Amino acid sequence: MEANAQKAPARISSRTRSERKLAWMLCAPAVIAMLAVTAYPIGYAIVLSLQKLDLRFPELTEFIGLGNYGTVLSSELWWTDIFNTLFIMAISVAIELVLGMALALVMHRAIFGRGLVRTAVLIPYGIITVVAAFAWQFAFAPDTGFVNHLPLISEEMDWFGGRFSSFAVIILAEVWKTTPFMALLLLAGLVTIDSQLYEAARVDGASAWQRFTRITLPLMKPAILVALLFRTLDGFRIFDTIFIMTRGAQDTESVSILGYNQLISRLNLGLGSAVSVLIFFCVFIIAFIFVKGFGVKVDEGRAG
Amino acid sequence: MERRDTRDYAVWSIAIALVLLFALIPVVWLLSISLKPPSEVTDGRFIPASFSLDNYKSLFEGGFSNSPFIKPLINSILIALITTVIAITLASFTAYAIARLEFPGKRLILAGALAIAMFPPISTVGPLFDMWRALGLYDTYPGLIIPYLTFSLPLAIYVLVAFFREIPWDLEEAAQVDGATPFQAFRKVILPLAAPGVFTAAILVFIFAWNDFVFSISLTSSDASRTVPAALAFFTGESSFTEPTGSIAAAAIVVTIPIIVFVLFFQRRIVAGLTAGAVKG
Repeated sequence: MEANAQKAPARISSRTRSERKLAWMLCAPAVIAMLAVTAYPIGYAIVLSLQKLDLRFPELTEFIGLGNYGTVLSSELWWTDIFNTLFIMAISVAIELVLGMALALVMHRAIFGRGLVRTAVLIPYGIITVVAAFAWQFAFAPDTGFVNHLPLISEEMDWFGGRFSSFAVIILAEVWKTTPFMALLLLAGLVTIDSQLYEAARVDGASAWQRFTRITLPLMKPAILVALLFRTLDGFRIFDTIFIMTRGAQDTESVSILGYNQLISRLNLGLGSAVSVLIFFCVFIIAFIFVKGFGVKVDEGRAG
Repeated sequence: MERRDTRDYAVWSIAIALVLLFALIPVVWLLSISLKPPSEVTDGRFIPASFSLDNYKSLFEGGFSNSPFIKPLINSILIALITTVIAITLASFTAYAIARLEFPGKRLILAGALAIAMFPPISTVGPLFDMWRALGLYDTYPGLIIPYLTFSLPLAIYVLVAFFREIPWDLEEAAQVDGATPFQAFRKVILPLAAPGVFTAAILVFIFAWNDFVFSISLTSSDASRTVPAALAFFTGESSFTEPTGSIAAAAIVVTIPIIVFVLFFQRRIVAGLTAGAVKG
């Protein structure tokens, strides 16, 4: 008896061991590929950020500790860009939430044409962001655009000549491109709600608005938070649309554009890396606020 | 009752029409610019006054060596395809292990993948620029494929895990009991069940790689590996006095129409992939 009892766990453990070994071997390539371009470079970025390192003057390279961070954080440009990034992010995510919810409801309740709507909303998702940015830029440009010929809009309106009018077009392009993604995530939450709840509420005399605010919204809270988290982080990384539309002119630069300008245009790897590390830190704080502050559970959620 | 039905139909028709309008305006607008004769590109009309294919012709003028568009188009297609094949292969291994096997570190891999999905790409651009120049990967296909792999793997893994968890794996054993070899059991039973998930993940990875701009403008310097989004940003007019608006619009339409056709055919799968896993959240 005793011998048997000891043998059994040993056999299981050897099987468990081989299963673990197989699992790790299967996961290793993907894990290495994921770490190679994230963990290692961010570590390398930290090293670079502590140096005075300008590829145009490589002989002047030296270790300067936190000097680059001091330069970035005390520059007015960094704080302007942080404001721009947060402003565009907040407004576009807010509009997307409302529009996305409306779209999700349309897709969920449609009595006909559901496939048509679904195909239509996927078009912005499939289109290259740069292409969408060009389309809206051409539409608003005073020379090529049709927008200034619309009623109620001045023929002379120079959309990209001012800061907040540029923001308006940038936000419109962002909202157009990413609302479908938001709508689909919300739709996934919407379909899990038991329709009997609505029937019961209807019997009790609840109005459509009451059913929406008392049943739909509370039950969709997890889906809404996950969708908000992903779109907020995505919004903070905004780059393509601004690069195409203004390249940061009229004080419309985002932090990602600032990083690109320092790193690739000016080849100032030290200062640029400090900007990169600070952006990484901001993203970390936003994710932390969502996960700890709002209790977003993303383990079983989706990525991307 | 009947009156309510008619009213409902009217409301839904308007809602659907608004959605279609919202989704299609930029595409129709680009198509319209691209079909205007170059001299009328700046007339600001939503519908062209006259039609011409000159903008498309200028894109392909000069053939393979001189056209500003052909080489980036080939680069975009090849880089996105290679990325998709490698990402799906690696992600399938990982997703199989996560869905089927018990091992410590499973949650860590999922959490890590999620963290990478939130990672800001611009933060890796500087170090990669420096590393790629030292390793000779700057302005090459692998120089773009490697970062694309990294940032598309989390998406692919999550989609595939969600699909693989739904597969009735017992069927594999049942087939073997019935006399099938392990390979036959895999090919005839599991593969057909897994194919839709794999295909869905492949579409999403392809769209991701096809869309990238940050890496493409930062890690390339010539048509050797520059993809379409970056090439568009650097398009110049025929002379320094002409704006490249017409050619950009034509190029944009060339890269957009295939995607729209694709989305039309596979919308059900794309929706399933984008929402995979979110339901359980």
